[in-house]
Amino acid sequence: MQVINLDGTEDTPKVILDKANGIFEVSGRSLPEDAADFYEPILKWLEDYAAAADASTKFMFKLEYFNTASSKLILDILSKLEDISGTTVIWYYHEDDEDMQEAGEEFSELVDVPFEFKTY
Amino acid sequence: MKYIYDLHKTMIAQNLILVYEGEFTQEITKSVLAMAERNMDSFGEQSTVKRKVFNIMVESLQNICKHSDSFQQEIYGKNNAIFMIGKSDDAYLITSGNPILLDRISDLEAKLKFINTLDKNGLKMHYKDIIKNSTGLSSKGGAGLGFVDMARKSENPLVFDFEPINNDIAFFSLKVVISRSQEGGGE
Repeated sequence: MQVINLDGTEDTPKVILDKANGIFEVSGRSLPEDAADFYEPILKWLEDYAAAADASTKFMFKLEYFNTASSKLILDILSKLEDISGTTVIWYYHEDDEDMQEAGEEFSELVDVPFEFKTY
Repeated sequence: MKYIYDLHKTMIAQNLILVYEGEFTQEITKSVLAMAERNMDSFGEQSTVKRKVFNIMVESLQNICKHSDSFQQEIYGKNNAIFMIGKSDDAYLITSGNPILLDRISDLEAKLKFINTLDKNGLKMHYKDIIKNSTGLSSKGGAGLGFVDMARKSENPLVFDFEPINNDIAFFSLKVVISRSQEGGGE
């Protein structure tokens, strides 16, 4: 599978989706003007990956900030992960960032995917 | 030239640390955010407060980008609106104002009034309800969560007002208060 490797910018997150190396990561800031457009290739990639997924997938979110439009797309990503067996979401949050911790907890309540919480 | 001094005095009297009036775009949003972040960093604002201010600014600025009604350009210019940040000893005030069509007021007012009736847990439920049940983003790219998110992050009621401009439009003003004494925060 092709690798998605996007550098983070001031309004879009760093994204690495690399099946060969088992790296699945969205990190940084996500406040694009058009969130649907930004996340479209990522959702498409996950659909393709679902057809030939590894036995275990650790999907890492390490977000510093995301806007509400992105939150809807993050839920879309998590919904795709629901269909990929053996998936665990690793939700990182800064140790003093209660809002990001709570956001992760809420996402975990909305989808049927195991979450692990880690601080940085 | 006196208006320059008057504006300067008004800004000081109102504790305004940043005022932007004009066209709103994503590029301008990023610039305003960067200025506010540098400003808060310059006096070592605690990170919990900084994140909340940043968060509410993003939603407020992107609301204007997406929803400010642009018309009568000879009077109001192109998608013109105003955005301000005030800072007092105990709070930040994020305020914005933009023209909207009169027929949008009742929906907007009902939405804001409903949000203001909710407590912390009610807001959380409302947020989850909207995100779970929406099928996608609106044609303007919004998730319908901006005001709820602002209310959650600020932990204060949203203060709003509609000032009539003419038979078609009104000026929508919004003020969001963020307390500077957050529990458990800080660097």
